[in-house]
Amino acid sequence: MSLTYHLQIVNLLAALLLLISFAMLSQRRIAGLITLFAWQGAALTASTALVAWSTGQHHLYYTAALTLVLKVIAMPWYFFRIVKKLDVDRDVEPMINIPTTMLIGIVLVIFAFNLALPISELSGTVTRSTLGIALATVLLAFLMMITRSKAIPQVIGFLAMENGLFFAATSATYGMPLVVELGVALDVMVGVFVLSIFFFQIRETFDSLDLKHMEKLKER
Amino acid sequence: MEIYWLLGIPLTGGIFLALWGCRKHSPEINALFSLLTLLAAALLTHRIIENGPMTVGGGWFFIDSFNVFLVALTAFVAFTTALFSRPYMRIEAEHGKLNDKRLRLYHSSYQIFIAAMLLALTTNNMGILWVAMEAATLATVLLVSLYRTPASLEAAWKYFILCGVGIALALFGTILLYFAAEKVLGSGGTALLWTHLDGVKTELEPTVLSLAFVFLLVGYGTKVGLAPLHSWLPDAHAEGPTPVSAVLSGLLLNVALYAVMRSKVLVDGALGNEMAGNLMMGFGLFSVVLAAFLIKRQTDVKRMFAYSSIEHMGLITFAFGMGGAVANFAALLHMTMHSLTKSAIFFAVGHATQKAGTQLMGDIRGLIKTNPTIGWGLMLGTIAILGVPPFGVFASEFLIITTAMHDHPWATPFLLLALGVAFASIFGKVQPMVFGETELPKLPYQPALAPVFLHLGLVLMLGLFIPPYLANWYRQAAQLLGG
Repeated sequence: MSLTYHLQIVNLLAALLLLISFAMLSQRRIAGLITLFAWQGAALTASTALVAWSTGQHHLYYTAALTLVLKVIAMPWYFFRIVKKLDVDRDVEPMINIPTTMLIGIVLVIFAFNLALPISELSGTVTRSTLGIALATVLLAFLMMITRSKAIPQVIGFLAMENGLFFAATSATYGMPLVVELGVALDVMVGVFVLSIFFFQIRETFDSLDLKHMEKLKER
Repeated sequence: MEIYWLLGIPLTGGIFLALWGCRKHSPEINALFSLLTLLAAALLTHRIIENGPMTVGGGWFFIDSFNVFLVALTAFVAFTTALFSRPYMRIEAEHGKLNDKRLRLYHSSYQIFIAAMLLALTTNNMGILWVAMEAATLATVLLVSLYRTPASLEAAWKYFILCGVGIALALFGTILLYFAAEKVLGSGGTALLWTHLDGVKTELEPTVLSLAFVFLLVGYGTKVGLAPLHSWLPDAHAEGPTPVSAVLSGLLLNVALYAVMRSKVLVDGALGNEMAGNLMMGFGLFSVVLAAFLIKRQTDVKRMFAYSSIEHMGLITFAFGMGGAVANFAALLHMTMHSLTKSAIFFAVGHATQKAGTQLMGDIRGLIKTNPTIGWGLMLGTIAILGVPPFGVFASEFLIITTAMHDHPWATPFLLLALGVAFASIFGKVQPMVFGETELPKLPYQPALAPVFLHLGLVLMLGLFIPPYLANWYRQAAQLLGG
């Protein structure tokens, strides 16, 4: 009985994750986007910890702690610092208007649920119904990357995608082996570091972080 | 033991060169570390030939004939590229394109990149394979933007984002793979070990694995440069420094394809049908044809050869997709030939563009007059990559096409058409570069052309005669891939 109770909370958190993804799609300001990203990380941490507690998979606690430190504290703080340093917190102009993006998002969610359906049925874990949500989060983050033209929103989209993948790993399989998760976390950290060097380079060269300046390399 | 040397040497090299900074002998130290890596690879190869496949380090590393051949190739090309980059980067610094700080970044990242690729090749864990592939991307992103020109920044950004998305899809594929494996092998660290998965592949859930393979193929396929996910590749190759183009084209693409093949073996076992092979054939053929027609439109020499890489990787993917002993053999042979030839071409092209001060083919003329070795190197390399006998590329392409005629006749006209178009356009563009009239000045340093002729010599030798033990080695590797 208590398992179903936990299950309900995990499902609630999954729904929250999806909701935050939609909120990110509609967010116009970079600062708001970073805050939402931190909240998404928090929801992920909570659901991972809950799955760890209810199933007795202790290594998931490490994953939860890692997510908390990296995605709720370190990265948002770092992004806020970059935004302040580069002074880029102005409106983010999406390339497609927001209502259209939301509609495309809904279609993606339906697609993700259909794709995950046969696999969810096979899953023996308590959290199987959340696989569809994880896939939807990945696709929505992908959509955000496509529709934004500024550098920082694209990177946040990339990290939100990573969030979706982590959620898929915990929900479908109770997490990957720890060494793999550590490796993935390391890669993400190095990636963010490399990107921040990149931001400064782009800024120095183009005097802006708008990627619209970067459309020279096309097939003629 | 050799395996720890193999991974430890480039990693130490990367850290050492980062701390040492750019002093007078940094390029030599870079080459020295690459030479030591090559020696470690040679020892490892020797061990495998003597004793057969083995797992090392409590099952964390797995070496068989398939990956040891790529390890040897990777270490070899990494070494020759380090030799080439020694004078090349000096000339770039002389031209004021680079400063000491960037050279330090270059040398350090170069070694880390090699270490990441070798880890990807030798690890037994599909998760670590993913981690290493991502690390290899991260190590090269800042190398692509080394010149800090607007175009190079754009190329590096595109490289990062496209490969990042691709590799994220591959991670989802890996999660699905783990999801299927966990049911059979139980949860924990061993469920992602390839050797364990290979042992139980027939019991893995087919629906999950087929979905996993789609994600893995699209994900790693982005790094292989398969169309329509190839668009990062020409930009990264054209805008980065030439030694980086050479290792990206000659090595990274192979390693990504290696990851796809490891997955394919598992999926084939689980599904028992041709699904994985058909997908690979489709992507491969599309890449060959698309790249061949895009080659025709290029004006930048490095871009043109980057498209040629897409074409050849497509051809190899197609051959692996056909499967069977002969096609796998041909694909492995073509992998070797393409790596050696393409990196040799990039070496020659690198010096040619330095001489001319431009990458536009229209402005590079008469190499044979001002510097015969560069001219001949470029001409012979081009002839080799276009598959003219007696070079080795001819042998592998011939095998691939005859197998295609036999097993999948519908694909042959597309392949022949694409190869014909590529031949006409590349040859037509390189010929005036080599033989036209010119007044170009000499280079300040003696260019390093020994690697070019070493590579081309090997390709020529393999085209005329494949030593029996090498042929045997390829055959074993082809067998492992389900021949």
